[in-house]
Amino acid sequence: MNTFTICNKELNSYFRSPIAYGVMAFFALIAGYFFYVAVYFFMQMSIQSSMQGGGPMSVNDSVIRPILSNISVIGLFVIPMITMRLFAEEKRTGTFELLATSPIHDMEMILGKWLAALILYAAMLALSLVSMLALFAYGNPDWRPMVVGYLGLLLQAGCLLAIGTFISSCTKNQIVAGVASFSICLLLWVLDWMSSFQDSAVARVLSYMSVLQHFDSFSKGVLDSKDIIYYISAIFIGLFLTARSLEALRWRS
Amino acid sequence: MIKVEGLTKRYARHVAVDNISFEIQRGQIVGFLGPNGAGKTTTMRVLTCFLPPSSGSARVAEFDVLEQPMEVKKRIGYLPELPPLYPEMEVAEYLTYVGRLKGIPKASLAKRVDEVAERCSVGDVRAKLIGKLSKGYRQRVGLAQAIIHNPDVLILDEPTSGLDPQQIIETRDLIKGLAGDHTIILSTHILPEVEQICEQVIIIAKGKLVATDSVANLTSRLRGAETISLEIAPHNGSPLVAGEVRERLEHVSGVGRVVDRDGHDGRLSFTVESQQGQHIRPELARAVVEAGWNLNELHSVGLSLEEIFLELTGAPKHDISAPHATTMGAEAGAAAGESQ
Ligand SMILES: Nc1ncnc2c1ncn2[C@@H]1O[C@H](COP(=O)(O)OP(=O)(O)O)[C@@H](O)[C@H]1O
Ligand SMILES: [Mg+2]
Repeated sequence: MNTFTICNKELNSYFRSPIAYGVMAFFALIAGYFFYVAVYFFMQMSIQSSMQGGGPMSVNDSVIRPILSNISVIGLFVIPMITMRLFAEEKRTGTFELLATSPIHDMEMILGKWLAALILYAAMLALSLVSMLALFAYGNPDWRPMVVGYLGLLLQAGCLLAIGTFISSCTKNQIVAGVASFSICLLLWVLDWMSSFQDSAVARVLSYMSVLQHFDSFSKGVLDSKDIIYYISAIFIGLFLTARSLEALRWRS
Repeated sequence: MIKVEGLTKRYARHVAVDNISFEIQRGQIVGFLGPNGAGKTTTMRVLTCFLPPSSGSARVAEFDVLEQPMEVKKRIGYLPELPPLYPEMEVAEYLTYVGRLKGIPKASLAKRVDEVAERCSVGDVRAKLIGKLSKGYRQRVGLAQAIIHNPDVLILDEPTSGLDPQQIIETRDLIKGLAGDHTIILSTHILPEVEQICEQVIIIAKGKLVATDSVANLTSRLRGAETISLEIAPHNGSPLVAGEVRERLEHVSGVGRVVDRDGHDGRLSFTVESQQGQHIRPELARAVVEAGWNLNELHSVGLSLEEIFLELTGAPKHDISAPHATTMGAEAGAAAGESQ
Protein backbone atom coordinates (compact mmCIF):
# COMPACT_ATOMS: atom_id res chain seq x y z
CA MET A 1 0.00 0.00 0.00
CA ASN A 2 2.69 2.45 1.08
CA THR A 3 4.73 1.17 -1.83
CA PHE A 4 2.10 2.45 -4.25
CA THR A 5 1.74 5.74 -2.40
CA ILE A 6 5.45 6.35 -2.84
CA CYS A 7 5.55 5.01 -6.39
CA ASN A 8 2.72 7.33 -7.35
CA LYS A 9 4.42 10.35 -5.79
CA GLU A 10 7.72 9.54 -7.52
CA LEU A 11 6.04 9.26 -10.91
CA ASN A 12 4.33 12.59 -10.34
CA SER A 13 7.66 14.15 -9.43
CA TYR A 14 9.32 12.71 -12.53
CA PHE A 15 6.80 14.28 -14.80
CA ARG A 16 7.08 17.63 -13.11
CA SER A 17 10.79 17.93 -13.59
CA PRO A 18 12.44 18.47 -16.94
CA ILE A 19 14.47 15.28 -16.37
CA ALA A 20 11.77 12.85 -17.43
CA TYR A 21 11.02 14.73 -20.63
CA GLY A 22 14.70 15.21 -21.41
CA VAL A 23 15.47 11.56 -20.90
CA MET A 24 12.46 10.46 -22.90
CA ALA A 25 13.34 12.79 -25.76
CA PHE A 26 16.94 11.54 -25.73
CA PHE A 27 15.73 7.96 -25.72
CA ALA A 28 13.16 8.46 -28.47
CA LEU A 29 15.67 10.26 -30.64
CA ILE A 30 18.37 7.62 -30.43
CA ALA A 31 15.97 4.70 -30.63
CA GLY A 32 14.35 6.35 -33.65
CA TYR A 33 17.71 6.76 -35.33
CA PHE A 34 18.62 3.11 -34.80
CA PHE A 35 15.22 2.11 -36.13
CA TYR A 36 15.76 4.17 -39.23
CA VAL A 37 19.22 2.75 -39.81
CA ALA A 38 18.04 -0.83 -39.28
CA VAL A 39 15.11 -0.46 -41.66
CA TYR A 40 17.30 1.27 -44.24
CA PHE A 41 19.86 -1.52 -44.22
CA PHE A 42 17.15 -4.11 -44.32
CA MET A 43 15.72 -2.57 -47.48
CA GLN A 44 19.12 -2.39 -49.18
CA MET A 45 19.84 -5.95 -48.23
CA SER A 46 16.50 -7.31 -49.36
CA ILE A 47 16.75 -5.53 -52.70
CA GLN A 48 20.21 -7.03 -53.16
CA SER A 49 19.08 -10.44 -52.05
CA SER A 50 16.07 -10.48 -54.36
CA MET A 51 18.22 -9.35 -57.31
CA GLN A 52 20.54 -12.25 -56.60
CA GLY A 53 17.55 -14.52 -56.54
CA GLY A 54 17.61 -15.28 -52.81
CA GLY A 55 14.52 -15.86 -50.69
CA PRO A 56 12.84 -13.18 -48.55
CA MET A 57 14.77 -12.02 -45.49
CA SER A 58 13.40 -12.28 -41.97
CA VAL A 59 12.27 -8.96 -40.47
CA ASN A 60 12.74 -10.48 -37.04
CA ASP A 61 16.40 -11.30 -37.53
CA SER A 62 17.43 -8.29 -39.56
CA VAL A 63 15.40 -5.46 -38.03
CA ILE A 64 13.84 -6.28 -34.68
CA ARG A 65 16.80 -8.08 -33.17
CA PRO A 66 19.42 -5.39 -33.83
CA ILE A 67 17.02 -2.71 -32.63
CA LEU A 68 16.34 -4.53 -29.38
CA SER A 69 20.07 -4.95 -28.82
CA ASN A 70 20.62 -1.28 -29.47
CA ILE A 71 17.87 -0.30 -27.07
CA SER A 72 19.44 -2.44 -24.39
CA VAL A 73 22.65 -0.44 -24.81
CA ILE A 74 20.80 2.89 -24.74
CA GLY A 75 19.37 1.74 -21.43
CA LEU A 76 22.88 1.83 -19.95
CA PHE A 77 23.00 5.57 -20.61
CA VAL A 78 19.45 6.44 -19.69
CA ILE A 79 19.06 4.51 -16.46
CA PRO A 80 21.57 6.51 -14.37
CA MET A 81 19.62 9.64 -15.28
CA ILE A 82 16.44 8.05 -13.95
CA THR A 83 17.80 6.73 -10.68
CA MET A 84 20.30 9.39 -9.66
CA ARG A 85 17.84 11.55 -7.74
CA LEU A 86 15.78 8.81 -6.08
CA PHE A 87 17.39 8.93 -2.63
CA ALA A 88 20.20 11.46 -3.07
CA GLU A 89 17.76 14.32 -3.55
CA GLU A 90 15.68 13.40 -0.48
CA LYS A 91 18.82 13.18 1.62
CA ARG A 92 20.02 16.56 0.42
CA THR A 93 16.78 18.45 0.99
CA GLY A 94 15.92 16.74 4.27
CA THR A 95 12.69 15.12 3.07
CA PHE A 96 14.33 11.79 3.82
CA GLU A 97 13.67 12.62 7.48
CA LEU A 98 9.95 12.65 6.72
CA LEU A 99 10.08 9.22 5.08
CA ALA A 100 12.31 7.74 7.75
CA THR A 101 10.09 8.94 10.61
CA SER A 102 6.82 7.84 8.99
CA PRO A 103 5.35 4.47 9.92
CA ILE A 104 6.53 2.73 6.76
CA HIS A 105 9.13 0.04 6.23
CA ASP A 106 12.36 0.81 4.40
CA MET A 107 11.55 -1.88 1.85
CA GLU A 108 8.23 -0.21 0.97
CA MET A 109 10.09 3.02 0.36
CA ILE A 110 12.73 1.30 -1.80
CA LEU A 111 10.26 -0.78 -3.79
CA GLY A 112 8.06 2.28 -4.40
CA LYS A 113 10.93 4.26 -5.82
CA TRP A 114 12.32 1.42 -7.88
CA LEU A 115 8.90 0.62 -9.27
CA ALA A 116 8.35 4.25 -10.28
CA ALA A 117 11.67 4.24 -12.12
CA LEU A 118 10.74 0.98 -13.84
CA ILE A 119 7.38 2.37 -14.92
CA LEU A 120 9.05 5.45 -16.36
CA TYR A 121 11.45 3.23 -18.29
CA ALA A 122 8.57 1.04 -19.46
CA ALA A 123 6.88 4.19 -20.77
CA MET A 124 9.98 4.88 -22.86
CA LEU A 125 9.98 1.33 -24.18
CA ALA A 126 6.36 1.87 -25.12
CA LEU A 127 7.49 4.84 -27.22
CA SER A 128 9.87 2.61 -29.14
CA LEU A 129 7.09 0.08 -29.53
CA VAL A 130 5.18 2.57 -31.67
CA SER A 131 7.77 2.38 -34.44
CA MET A 132 7.89 -1.38 -34.07
CA LEU A 133 4.17 -1.51 -34.78
CA ALA A 134 4.89 0.15 -38.11
CA LEU A 135 6.74 -3.04 -39.05
CA PHE A 136 3.53 -4.97 -38.61
CA ALA A 137 1.73 -2.58 -40.91
CA TYR A 138 4.24 -3.04 -43.74
CA GLY A 139 5.73 -6.45 -43.09
CA ASN A 140 4.84 -9.69 -41.48
CA PRO A 141 7.15 -10.28 -38.53
CA ASP A 142 6.57 -12.85 -35.81
CA TRP A 143 5.30 -11.08 -32.68
CA ARG A 144 6.45 -13.70 -30.16
CA PRO A 145 10.21 -13.03 -30.22
CA MET A 146 9.42 -9.36 -29.92
CA VAL A 147 7.42 -9.86 -26.74
CA VAL A 148 10.27 -11.92 -25.31
CA GLY A 149 12.71 -9.20 -26.32
CA TYR A 150 10.73 -6.51 -24.54
CA LEU A 151 10.41 -8.69 -21.48
CA GLY A 152 14.19 -9.00 -21.53
CA LEU A 153 14.58 -5.23 -21.84
CA LEU A 154 12.34 -4.75 -18.81
CA LEU A 155 14.24 -7.32 -16.75
CA GLN A 156 17.57 -5.83 -17.71
CA ALA A 157 16.34 -2.34 -16.83
CA GLY A 158 14.96 -3.61 -13.51
CA CYS A 159 18.38 -4.91 -12.63
CA LEU A 160 20.26 -1.75 -13.65
CA LEU A 161 17.65 0.41 -11.93
CA ALA A 162 18.14 -1.57 -8.72
CA ILE A 163 21.89 -0.90 -8.91
CA GLY A 164 21.20 2.79 -9.59
CA THR A 165 18.79 2.98 -6.65
CA PHE A 166 21.44 1.50 -4.40
CA ILE A 167 24.04 4.02 -5.54
CA SER A 168 21.61 6.90 -5.07
CA SER A 169 21.08 5.80 -1.46
CA CYS A 170 24.81 6.09 -0.78
CA THR A 171 25.22 9.81 -1.40
CA LYS A 172 23.58 13.19 -0.92
CA ASN A 173 24.72 14.42 -4.28
CA GLN A 174 22.64 13.31 -7.24
CA ILE A 175 25.36 14.22 -9.73
CA VAL A 176 27.77 11.92 -7.90
CA ALA A 177 25.09 9.23 -7.91
CA GLY A 178 24.51 9.72 -11.63
CA VAL A 179 28.20 9.60 -12.53
CA ALA A 180 28.83 6.55 -10.34
CA SER A 181 25.86 4.64 -11.78
CA PHE A 182 26.90 5.58 -15.28
CA SER A 183 30.46 4.33 -14.64
CA ILE A 184 29.13 1.03 -13.43
CA CYS A 185 26.85 0.68 -16.43
CA LEU A 186 29.80 1.49 -18.68
CA LEU A 187 31.92 -1.07 -16.88
CA LEU A 188 29.26 -3.71 -17.47
CA TRP A 189 29.26 -2.83 -21.12
CA VAL A 190 33.04 -3.03 -21.40
CA LEU A 191 32.98 -6.30 -19.50
CA ASP A 192 30.68 -7.65 -22.16
CA TRP A 193 33.12 -6.64 -24.90
CA MET A 194 36.19 -8.00 -23.25
CA SER A 195 34.62 -11.31 -22.54
CA SER A 196 33.70 -11.76 -26.17
CA PHE A 197 37.37 -11.68 -27.24
CA GLN A 198 38.62 -14.70 -25.39
CA ASP A 199 37.43 -17.87 -23.84
CA SER A 200 39.34 -18.27 -20.59
CA ALA A 201 37.61 -19.13 -17.33
CA VAL A 202 37.90 -15.50 -16.23
CA ALA A 203 36.24 -14.36 -19.41
CA ARG A 204 33.40 -16.78 -18.86
CA VAL A 205 32.85 -15.50 -15.31
CA LEU A 206 32.97 -11.91 -16.55
CA SER A 207 30.55 -12.79 -19.28
CA TYR A 208 28.20 -14.35 -16.77
CA MET A 209 28.36 -11.19 -14.67
CA SER A 210 27.68 -8.98 -17.65
CA VAL A 211 24.17 -7.61 -17.69
CA LEU A 212 24.16 -7.31 -21.47
CA GLN A 213 25.27 -10.86 -22.10
CA HIS A 214 22.10 -12.20 -20.56
CA PHE A 215 20.02 -10.11 -22.87
CA ASP A 216 21.35 -11.91 -25.89
CA SER A 217 19.00 -14.86 -25.73
CA PHE A 218 16.00 -12.58 -25.11
CA SER A 219 16.83 -10.62 -28.25
CA LYS A 220 16.74 -13.87 -30.22
CA GLY A 221 13.31 -14.51 -28.78
CA VAL A 222 14.54 -17.33 -26.56
CA LEU A 223 13.32 -17.51 -22.97
CA ASP A 224 16.10 -19.07 -20.92
CA SER A 225 15.44 -19.65 -17.22
CA LYS A 226 19.13 -19.10 -16.47
CA ASP A 227 18.93 -15.52 -17.72
CA ILE A 228 15.64 -14.81 -15.98
CA ILE A 229 17.09 -16.06 -12.71
CA TYR A 230 20.16 -13.93 -13.23
CA TYR A 231 18.13 -10.76 -13.68
CA ILE A 232 15.71 -11.44 -10.87
CA SER A 233 18.48 -12.23 -8.41
CA ALA A 234 20.40 -9.11 -9.49
CA ILE A 235 17.25 -7.06 -8.79
CA PHE A 236 16.96 -8.64 -5.35
CA ILE A 237 20.60 -8.01 -4.55
CA GLY A 238 20.37 -4.38 -5.66
CA LEU A 239 17.30 -3.67 -3.56
CA PHE A 240 18.68 -5.58 -0.60
CA LEU A 241 21.90 -3.55 -0.72
CA THR A 242 19.80 -0.38 -0.79
CA ALA A 243 18.04 -1.49 2.39
CA ARG A 244 21.39 -2.16 4.07
CA SER A 245 22.67 1.21 2.95
CA LEU A 246 19.69 3.03 4.48
CA GLU A 247 20.17 1.11 7.70
CA ALA A 248 23.89 1.84 7.82
CA LEU A 249 23.10 5.50 7.31
CA ARG A 250 21.38 5.53 10.69
CA TRP A 251 23.72 3.35 12.67
CA ARG A 252 26.88 4.93 11.41
CA SER A 253 25.98 8.61 11.68
CA MET B 1 4.22 10.29 27.70
CA ILE B 2 7.93 10.48 26.99
CA LYS B 3 10.55 8.86 29.13
CA VAL B 4 14.25 9.15 28.39
CA GLU B 5 16.70 7.26 30.56
CA GLY B 6 20.46 7.53 30.42
CA LEU B 7 20.34 8.39 26.74
CA THR B 8 23.72 8.65 25.04
CA LYS B 9 24.31 9.24 21.35
CA ARG B 10 27.81 8.97 19.99
CA TYR B 11 28.79 10.05 16.49
CA ALA B 12 31.92 8.68 14.88
CA ARG B 13 34.18 10.63 17.18
CA HIS B 14 32.45 12.69 19.75
CA VAL B 15 29.54 12.31 22.10
CA ALA B 16 26.63 14.49 20.99
CA VAL B 17 24.25 13.53 23.80
CA ASP B 18 25.70 12.34 27.05
CA ASN B 19 23.65 10.29 29.50
CA ILE B 20 20.56 12.46 29.75
CA SER B 21 17.32 11.50 31.47
CA PHE B 22 14.01 13.29 31.59
CA GLU B 23 10.32 12.64 31.59
CA ILE B 24 7.45 14.51 30.01
CA GLN B 25 3.84 14.13 31.10
CA ARG B 26 0.89 13.95 28.73
CA GLY B 27 -0.36 17.32 27.51
CA GLN B 28 2.70 19.28 28.58
CA ILE B 29 4.41 21.78 26.34
CA VAL B 30 8.10 21.58 26.92
CA GLY B 31 10.93 23.78 25.74
CA PHE B 32 14.17 22.08 24.87
CA LEU B 33 16.67 24.85 25.40
CA GLY B 34 20.36 24.93 24.58
CA PRO B 35 22.93 26.75 22.45
CA ASN B 36 23.86 25.51 18.98
CA GLY B 37 25.54 22.13 19.05
CA ALA B 38 24.06 21.26 22.45
CA GLY B 39 22.50 18.06 21.11
CA LYS B 40 18.87 19.13 20.76
CA THR B 41 18.43 17.89 17.20
CA THR B 42 20.22 14.67 18.02
CA THR B 43 17.91 13.95 20.97
CA MET B 44 14.86 14.69 18.84
CA ARG B 45 16.12 12.38 16.12
CA VAL B 46 16.40 9.59 18.65
CA LEU B 47 12.85 10.25 19.89
CA THR B 48 11.50 10.14 16.34
CA CYS B 49 13.33 6.86 15.57
CA PHE B 50 15.46 8.55 12.93
CA LEU B 51 18.66 7.66 14.78
CA PRO B 52 19.14 4.77 17.21
CA PRO B 53 20.53 5.60 20.66
CA SER B 54 24.11 4.47 21.38
CA SER B 55 23.05 3.51 24.88
CA GLY B 56 20.21 4.20 27.26
CA SER B 57 16.57 4.15 26.28
CA ALA B 58 13.82 6.40 25.04
CA ARG B 59 10.15 5.55 25.27
CA VAL B 60 7.19 7.33 23.70
CA ALA B 61 3.75 6.37 24.98
CA GLU B 62 5.34 3.31 26.62
CA PHE B 63 6.85 2.13 23.32
CA ASP B 64 10.61 1.81 23.05
CA VAL B 65 12.16 3.56 20.04
CA LEU B 66 14.37 0.56 19.28
CA GLU B 67 11.93 -2.23 19.94
CA GLN B 68 8.70 -0.86 18.51
CA PRO B 69 9.64 1.97 16.17
CA MET B 70 6.45 1.61 14.11
CA GLU B 71 4.26 2.24 17.15
CA VAL B 72 6.38 5.24 18.13
CA LYS B 73 6.33 6.67 14.60
CA LYS B 74 2.52 6.43 14.45
CA ARG B 75 2.25 8.58 17.55
CA ILE B 76 4.76 11.27 16.67
CA GLY B 77 4.47 14.31 14.46
CA TYR B 78 7.87 15.73 13.60
CA LEU B 79 8.94 19.02 12.12
CA PRO B 80 12.69 18.85 11.46
CA GLU B 81 14.86 21.95 11.50
CA LEU B 82 14.58 22.06 7.72
CA PRO B 83 10.88 21.48 6.91
CA PRO B 84 10.67 18.32 4.76
CA LEU B 85 8.91 19.81 1.75
CA TYR B 86 8.82 18.92 -1.93
CA PRO B 87 8.96 22.17 -3.91
CA GLU B 88 7.41 20.57 -7.00
CA MET B 89 4.22 19.57 -5.15
CA GLU B 90 1.14 21.63 -4.41
CA VAL B 91 0.28 22.21 -0.75
CA ALA B 92 -2.88 20.10 -0.63
CA GLU B 93 -1.25 17.37 -2.69
CA TYR B 94 1.71 17.30 -0.34
CA LEU B 95 -0.47 17.10 2.77
CA THR B 96 -2.44 14.28 1.16
CA TYR B 97 0.79 12.42 0.43
CA VAL B 98 2.04 12.80 4.01
CA GLY B 99 -1.39 11.74 5.28
CA ARG B 100 -1.12 8.53 3.24
CA LEU B 101 2.37 7.88 4.57
CA LYS B 102 1.11 8.34 8.12
CA GLY B 103 -1.62 5.79 7.48
CA ILE B 104 -4.74 7.96 7.42
CA PRO B 105 -7.55 6.03 5.68
CA LYS B 106 -8.37 7.34 2.21
CA ALA B 107 -12.00 8.03 3.10
CA SER B 108 -11.25 10.61 5.78
CA LEU B 109 -8.08 12.05 4.26
CA ALA B 110 -9.52 14.89 2.17
CA LYS B 111 -11.44 16.21 5.16
CA ARG B 112 -8.36 15.97 7.37
CA VAL B 113 -6.23 17.86 4.84
CA ASP B 114 -8.79 20.66 4.82
CA GLU B 115 -8.82 20.75 8.62
CA VAL B 116 -5.07 21.03 9.09
CA ALA B 117 -4.71 23.50 6.22
CA GLU B 118 -7.30 25.67 7.93
CA ARG B 119 -5.72 25.20 11.34
CA CYS B 120 -2.28 26.22 10.11
CA SER B 121 -3.64 29.07 7.95
CA VAL B 122 -2.43 27.64 4.67
CA GLY B 123 -5.92 27.11 3.25
CA ASP B 124 -5.52 30.05 0.88
CA VAL B 125 -2.45 28.55 -0.80
CA ARG B 126 -3.56 24.93 -1.00
CA ALA B 127 -3.35 24.91 -4.79
CA LYS B 128 0.03 26.63 -4.93
CA LEU B 129 3.38 24.98 -5.52
CA ILE B 130 5.34 24.70 -2.28
CA GLY B 131 8.45 25.99 -4.04
CA LYS B 132 6.69 29.29 -4.65
CA LEU B 133 5.68 29.92 -1.03
CA SER B 134 7.29 32.38 1.39
CA LYS B 135 9.29 31.12 4.32
CA GLY B 136 6.50 31.69 6.82
CA TYR B 137 4.03 29.74 4.73
CA ARG B 138 6.48 26.92 4.27
CA GLN B 139 6.99 26.67 8.01
CA ARG B 140 3.23 26.46 8.49
CA VAL B 141 2.92 23.78 5.82
CA GLY B 142 5.65 21.97 7.77
CA LEU B 143 3.56 22.24 10.92
CA ALA B 144 0.46 21.07 9.06
CA GLN B 145 2.28 17.93 7.92
CA ALA B 146 3.41 17.28 11.48
CA ILE B 147 -0.12 17.32 12.89
CA ILE B 148 -1.96 15.70 10.01
CA HIS B 149 -2.38 12.32 11.71
CA ASN B 150 -3.34 13.97 14.99
CA PRO B 151 -0.31 12.54 16.83
CA ASP B 152 -0.08 12.30 20.60
CA VAL B 153 3.35 13.88 20.55
CA LEU B 154 4.59 16.79 18.49
CA ILE B 155 8.32 17.30 18.11
CA LEU B 156 9.32 20.65 16.63
CA ASP B 157 12.98 21.40 15.96
CA GLU B 158 13.62 25.16 16.13
CA PRO B 159 10.24 25.97 14.60
CA THR B 160 10.87 29.72 14.52
CA SER B 161 14.45 29.85 13.32
CA GLY B 162 15.02 31.85 10.16
CA LEU B 163 11.64 33.58 10.23
CA ASP B 164 11.07 37.32 10.36
CA PRO B 165 9.55 38.83 13.55
CA GLN B 166 5.98 38.84 12.24
CA GLN B 167 6.24 35.21 11.12
CA ILE B 168 7.76 34.27 14.48
CA ILE B 169 4.75 35.70 16.30
CA GLU B 170 2.34 33.87 14.00
CA THR B 171 4.17 30.60 14.37
CA ARG B 172 4.34 30.89 18.16
CA ASP B 173 0.62 31.61 18.33
CA LEU B 174 -0.06 28.62 16.15
CA ILE B 175 2.01 26.36 18.39
CA LYS B 176 0.29 27.68 21.49
CA GLY B 177 -3.03 26.92 19.82
CA LEU B 178 -1.96 23.31 19.27
CA ALA B 179 -1.00 22.86 22.90
CA GLY B 180 -4.34 21.50 24.10
CA ASP B 181 -4.36 18.48 21.82
CA HIS B 182 -0.80 17.28 21.86
CA THR B 183 2.20 16.80 24.07
CA ILE B 184 4.71 19.18 22.52
CA ILE B 185 8.48 19.36 22.65
CA LEU B 186 10.04 22.27 20.85
CA SER B 187 13.70 23.08 20.71
CA THR B 188 15.10 26.56 20.68
CA HIS B 189 18.17 28.54 21.59
CA ILE B 190 16.09 31.58 22.46
CA LEU B 191 15.09 31.96 26.10
CA PRO B 192 12.09 34.30 25.67
CA GLU B 193 10.55 31.79 23.31
CA VAL B 194 10.48 29.22 26.10
CA GLU B 195 9.02 31.78 28.50
CA GLN B 196 6.28 32.63 26.04
CA ILE B 197 5.21 29.21 24.89
CA CYS B 198 6.28 26.54 27.34
CA GLU B 199 5.30 25.29 30.76
CA GLN B 200 8.34 23.13 31.32
CA VAL B 201 11.90 23.62 30.25
CA ILE B 202 14.72 21.14 29.71
CA ILE B 203 18.09 22.81 29.40
CA ILE B 204 21.05 21.07 27.82
CA ALA B 205 24.55 22.21 26.98
CA LYS B 206 27.31 20.26 25.27
CA GLY B 207 25.20 17.14 25.31
CA LYS B 208 24.59 17.19 29.05
CA LEU B 209 21.42 17.90 30.94
CA VAL B 210 21.75 21.12 32.89
CA ALA B 211 18.29 21.45 34.40
CA THR B 212 14.68 20.43 34.04
CA ASP B 213 12.18 22.69 35.74
CA SER B 214 8.94 24.55 35.25
CA VAL B 215 9.35 27.82 33.43
CA ALA B 216 7.89 29.70 36.40
CA ASN B 217 10.47 28.24 38.78
CA LEU B 218 13.29 28.85 36.40
CA THR B 219 12.49 32.50 35.89
CA SER B 220 12.11 33.17 39.58
CA ARG B 221 15.42 31.44 40.19
CA LEU B 222 17.05 33.66 37.64
CA ARG B 223 15.30 36.84 38.69
CA GLY B 224 17.68 37.23 41.62
CA ALA B 225 19.84 39.82 39.92
CA GLU B 226 18.84 42.35 37.31
CA THR B 227 20.85 43.64 34.38
CA ILE B 228 19.92 47.11 33.22
CA SER B 229 20.90 49.07 30.17
CA LEU B 230 21.14 52.87 30.53
CA GLU B 231 21.70 55.73 28.13
CA ILE B 232 22.48 59.14 29.58
CA ALA B 233 22.69 62.44 27.70
CA PRO B 234 24.02 65.82 28.84
CA HIS B 235 21.52 68.45 29.97
CA ASN B 236 21.98 72.14 29.07
CA GLY B 237 24.99 71.39 26.94
CA SER B 238 27.55 70.72 29.71
CA PRO B 239 29.48 67.64 28.49
CA LEU B 240 29.49 64.39 30.42
CA VAL B 241 32.59 62.84 31.92
CA ALA B 242 32.33 59.07 31.77
CA GLY B 243 34.31 58.46 34.94
CA GLU B 244 32.16 60.85 36.92
CA VAL B 245 28.89 59.32 35.72
CA ARG B 246 30.16 55.89 36.40
CA GLU B 247 31.15 56.73 39.94
CA ARG B 248 27.72 58.22 40.55
CA LEU B 249 26.00 55.07 39.32
CA GLU B 250 28.20 52.82 41.39
CA HIS B 251 27.13 54.68 44.51
CA VAL B 252 23.44 53.95 44.03
CA SER B 253 22.48 51.42 46.67
CA GLY B 254 22.09 47.85 45.39
CA VAL B 255 24.28 48.31 42.32
CA GLY B 256 26.84 45.56 41.81
CA ARG B 257 28.83 46.28 38.70
CA VAL B 258 28.85 49.04 36.10
CA VAL B 259 30.19 48.42 32.61
CA ASP B 260 30.86 51.19 30.08
CA ARG B 261 29.57 50.68 26.59
CA ASP B 262 30.35 52.88 23.61
CA GLY B 263 28.29 56.03 23.58
CA HIS B 264 28.09 58.49 20.74
CA ASP B 265 27.16 62.12 20.07
CA GLY B 266 28.09 63.01 23.63
CA ARG B 267 25.73 60.42 25.10
CA LEU B 268 26.96 57.63 27.34
CA SER B 269 25.77 54.04 27.64
CA PHE B 270 26.21 51.70 30.58
CA THR B 271 25.23 48.23 31.59
CA VAL B 272 24.46 48.03 35.28
CA GLU B 273 24.07 44.81 37.24
CA SER B 274 22.22 44.76 40.52
CA GLN B 275 23.29 42.82 43.57
CA GLN B 276 21.35 39.65 44.35
CA GLY B 277 17.67 40.33 45.08
CA GLN B 278 17.83 44.10 44.60
CA HIS B 279 15.50 46.16 42.45
CA ILE B 280 17.48 49.16 41.39
CA ARG B 281 15.63 50.70 38.50
CA PRO B 282 13.80 53.48 40.41
CA GLU B 283 16.95 54.38 42.35
CA LEU B 284 19.04 54.54 39.20
CA ALA B 285 16.55 56.80 37.46
CA ARG B 286 16.38 59.13 40.44
CA ALA B 287 20.19 59.33 40.73
CA VAL B 288 20.59 60.26 37.06
CA VAL B 289 17.91 62.94 37.16
CA GLU B 290 19.16 64.39 40.46
CA ALA B 291 22.62 64.73 38.99
CA GLY B 292 21.08 66.98 36.33
CA TRP B 293 21.52 64.64 33.33
CA ASN B 294 18.97 63.47 30.82
CA LEU B 295 17.89 59.86 31.05
CA ASN B 296 17.34 58.77 27.46
CA GLU B 297 16.82 55.12 28.04
CA LEU B 298 16.54 52.65 30.88
CA HIS B 299 15.49 49.06 30.40
CA SER B 300 16.03 45.66 31.82
CA VAL B 301 18.15 43.28 29.76
CA GLY B 302 17.27 39.60 29.87
CA LEU B 303 19.98 37.17 30.76
CA SER B 304 21.74 35.62 27.82
CA LEU B 305 21.62 31.89 27.46
CA GLU B 306 25.26 31.63 28.39
CA GLU B 307 24.67 33.57 31.58
CA ILE B 308 21.80 31.28 32.43
CA PHE B 309 24.01 28.24 32.17
CA LEU B 310 26.60 29.89 34.37
CA GLU B 311 23.88 30.83 36.81
CA LEU B 312 22.39 27.35 36.90
CA THR B 313 25.60 25.41 37.04
CA GLY B 314 27.40 27.90 39.23
CA ALA B 315 30.49 27.15 37.19
CA PRO B 316 33.19 29.75 36.63
CA LYS B 317 33.19 31.40 33.18
CA HIS B 318 34.28 29.30 30.19
CA ASP B 319 34.06 26.15 32.22
CA ILE B 320 30.71 24.45 32.44
CA SER B 321 32.54 21.58 34.04
CA ALA B 322 31.39 18.07 33.41
CA PRO B 323 31.04 16.78 37.01
CA HIS B 324 28.99 19.78 37.99
CA ALA B 325 26.62 19.52 35.08
CA THR B 326 26.15 15.84 35.80
CA THR B 327 25.16 16.56 39.38
CA MET B 328 22.62 19.04 38.12
CA GLY B 329 21.35 16.42 35.74
CA ALA B 330 21.07 13.86 38.49
CA GLU B 331 19.18 16.29 40.71
CA ALA B 332 16.84 17.20 37.92
CA GLY B 333 16.33 13.55 37.09
CA ALA B 334 15.49 12.81 40.70
CA ALA B 335 13.06 15.71 40.78
CA ALA B 336 11.35 14.43 37.69
CA GLY B 337 11.19 11.01 39.28
CA GLU B 338 9.44 12.36 42.37
CA SER B 339 6.90 14.32 40.42
CA GLN B 340 5.61 11.32 38.51
N1 LIG C 1 25.53 13.42 11.55
C1 LIG C 1 26.46 13.87 12.42
N2 LIG C 1 27.71 13.37 12.43
C2 LIG C 1 28.64 13.80 13.31
N3 LIG C 1 28.43 14.73 14.24
C3 LIG C 1 27.21 15.30 14.29
C4 LIG C 1 26.15 14.90 13.39
N4 LIG C 1 25.06 15.62 13.68
C5 LIG C 1 25.39 16.43 14.71
N5 LIG C 1 26.69 16.25 15.09
C6 LIG C 1 27.38 16.93 16.19
O1 LIG C 1 26.69 16.63 17.39
C7 LIG C 1 26.60 17.79 18.21
C8 LIG C 1 25.16 18.06 18.54
O2 LIG C 1 24.50 18.47 17.38
P1 LIG C 1 22.95 18.82 17.34
O3 LIG C 1 22.20 17.72 17.98
O4 LIG C 1 22.62 19.12 15.93
O5 LIG C 1 22.86 20.13 18.23
P2 LIG C 1 21.74 21.27 18.27
O6 LIG C 1 20.56 20.79 17.53
O7 LIG C 1 21.48 21.46 19.73
O8 LIG C 1 22.34 22.48 17.66
C9 LIG C 1 27.28 18.92 17.44
O9 LIG C 1 28.57 19.07 17.98
C10 LIG C 1 27.31 18.43 16.03
O10 LIG C 1 28.47 18.91 15.38
MG1 LIG D 1 19.66 21.65 15.88
